[in-house]
Amino acid sequence: MDASLILRVSAPLLLWVPAIVSLYLLIRGHNEPGGGFVGGLVASAGLVFFVISRGRQAALRVMRVPPAGWCGIGLLLAAGSGLLAWIDPAAGYLTHRWWFPDVGFKVPLGTALLFDVGVYLTVIGTITAMVFALVDED
Amino acid sequence: MEIALPLAIGVLVAAAAYLLMARDLPRGLLGFVLLGTAANLTIFAAGRIGTMTPPLVAPGAQALEAGAANPLPQALVLTAIVIGFGLASFALVLLRRAHAEFGSVMSEDMQEAEPPLAAAPPAEPAPTPPPARPRPVPAPAALREVV
Amino acid sequence: MRQILLVAPILIPLAACAITALLWQRPEVQRRIGVAAAALLFLSTLALLAEVVTGGMVVGQMGNWPAPFGITLVVDPLSAAMLVITGLMALAVAVYAMGPGAAERDRAGFQPLFHALVMGVAGAFSTGDLFNLYVWFEVMLIASFGLLVLDRTREQLDGGLRYVMLNLVGTTFFLLAVGLVYGLTGTLNLADLARVAPQVENQGALAAAAVLLLISFGAKAAVFPLFNWLPAAYHTASMPVAAIFAALLTKVGVYAIIRVFTLVFAHDQALFGPIIGVVAMLTMVVGVLGAAAHYDVRRILSFHIISQIGYMLVGVALMTPLALAGAVLYIVHHIVVKANLFLVAGAMQKVGGSFALAKLGGLWATRPLLGLMFLIPALSLAGIPPLSGFWGKLVVIRSGFEAEAWLLASVALAVGLLTLYSMVKIWNEAFWKAAPAEAAAHQPAPGEWGRMQRFATFAPIVALCAVTLTIGLWTEPFAAFSLAAAEALLDREAYIAAVLGTAPVQLAEAVR
Repeated sequence: MDASLILRVSAPLLLWVPAIVSLYLLIRGHNEPGGGFVGGLVASAGLVFFVISRGRQAALRVMRVPPAGWCGIGLLLAAGSGLLAWIDPAAGYLTHRWWFPDVGFKVPLGTALLFDVGVYLTVIGTITAMVFALVDED
Repeated sequence: MEIALPLAIGVLVAAAAYLLMARDLPRGLLGFVLLGTAANLTIFAAGRIGTMTPPLVAPGAQALEAGAANPLPQALVLTAIVIGFGLASFALVLLRRAHAEFGSVMSEDMQEAEPPLAAAPPAEPAPTPPPARPRPVPAPAALREVV
Repeated sequence: MRQILLVAPILIPLAACAITALLWQRPEVQRRIGVAAAALLFLSTLALLAEVVTGGMVVGQMGNWPAPFGITLVVDPLSAAMLVITGLMALAVAVYAMGPGAAERDRAGFQPLFHALVMGVAGAFSTGDLFNLYVWFEVMLIASFGLLVLDRTREQLDGGLRYVMLNLVGTTFFLLAVGLVYGLTGTLNLADLARVAPQVENQGALAAAAVLLLISFGAKAAVFPLFNWLPAAYHTASMPVAAIFAALLTKVGVYAIIRVFTLVFAHDQALFGPIIGVVAMLTMVVGVLGAAAHYDVRRILSFHIISQIGYMLVGVALMTPLALAGAVLYIVHHIVVKANLFLVAGAMQKVGGSFALAKLGGLWATRPLLGLMFLIPALSLAGIPPLSGFWGKLVVIRSGFEAEAWLLASVALAVGLLTLYSMVKIWNEAFWKAAPAEAAAHQPAPGEWGRMQRFATFAPIVALCAVTLTIGLWTEPFAAFSLAAAEALLDREAYIAAVLGTAPVQLAEAVR
């Protein structure tokens, strides 16, 4: 795959800057526009650039785990976040649970965040799986 | 808006129907994408249209203020877009593989699963293998560059 | 506990899908987890059925968002029965998939896709919301796409593309219908829809949306004239995949038709009853004639799926308690029998070397047990007493005569005879006639057909034969349950009350 020199050199930048932005989007997602899905898309946009410029193998090395694995972890996290609802066994699956540990200020920790992280990972896994399938013969 | 939206949906469905009837499969796929867009616009229109504020609860408030847009159709459309995107990209991958295998994207060149019955008369039910097709033609250079 | 049982049929396959996806390098472990998850699913659905029978409908609001705003899961007797049969099929096919070809299949990703498919089916059977039904349909569809082209042969790519294109259009119609229904009623919760639909002013537009739904469900269920994708694709899939497809995919479409047309559009029965009746009749006839014209075991069986779908639709066409009970009994019987026939066909191919009837023969002499295992589901499919198919057909046809739908009932009778013709054809060609030289010389490769593989192949077949015999010889509880399920289907008020309670209704009114 003959990507241009500019693209090849800027690939790491185009990978890590979106990755950081995506984390910001993921965290702010609960009450403002953002969230796991959008964050995952932004992060995978960086990965797609990386695949185009450096090829599939290089991207796999960065990801460490194949896309299916990312989906697997993401699905487990998202589904697992719902299990915490059954602190009260009569509650519906996926009912929100919140904790506010005090570390100088109250950190709002909820199962919704866990769910969103699951979505984030699943989206990254899905998008990269599709792109990998399309650049199969490089 | 009340006139533009149905017109847009109508044009999209008409174009989709035209594309879906084509014999080459990429056009069919484009037809599916257009039809999906029409369906999404229908759901959007079903949530009532007009000038409204975004459905965001203001800080400190407990509920949406009056005049906010209906958030449900937006959630539905978002879900449907994601699903449609997934299906379309899967179909695209499949199409690409089929192109590599058959050297064509025309549906009449792919008769492997249902060979014409004439090739397998009931008295001699063993379907004679279809004549060997030319080995896959490499994808046109233009396609490769795009990918 | 009820809440946990309600979600378990979706969560167990989801977890299995995720874990097997994580173990992409360990096919052996994947396979064991797959079977264990399927067994767990079967047990949990049995517990759920017991809960529904003893304690009534199980309803849950995901995230405690009240209906009709949140995602609702509802399991009534019909859903519970379908879930149990889904669990049984998942278990049978998961064991069968440990047989010949398991290594290649699992390397290609069979396990995660298989469990994703089961999750989609279970979700579709337990959801109480039209849009969620769409989402589960798509989960099922994406997984089935992957499963269908698992071996990536030319045949599969071709069949897969046809399947993909037709189903994409079918589900887009579903989405379009969802948009129209939402625009007309302002809700997508099935119970709320059942309440609101009769009061909608523009009944014509609602009927148009209902027809769109009928088209998309019909395409899924492979009814006339939307069945073409099924015989184009099913025979190309590898055998465990074909078996799970044959067992579950079309039945989800039938279930959706039954659910939506008994619950939401029941007030328009005068319009839709005859339409569905004609469709049912033509589906039966076309399917059975298609089967008569083919000489490949898998193709014959594929066409028979289509013809049997017609019987199930008779219940919705007539919508009497007896007819719906017949449909329920028929679906349960049919799923077991049809999946079993595909499993037997896979075994026949293993020992006889081919799916083509001309190349098979003499199996009765060499494999009498396999012959018996074929005869039980085959004769049951044709409706020979005392097997399960006889009772299913008896109830369906009797309800036809009781409702004075003479034509429908007579066609159902005649199609039964033609079914027998196809089954006898397979029997004569594959088991009875002398083996052609090629087939006589065929021996399964020893590495591919060891003790383990034989056990994995035959254990599910024997178990499903036992289920068929049980339904046939001890019909009473199954028939009583079907009748109870049918009465629950027709008792719309109870369904609405169970899902919405009373307070949320006022809330919904206030918002609207």
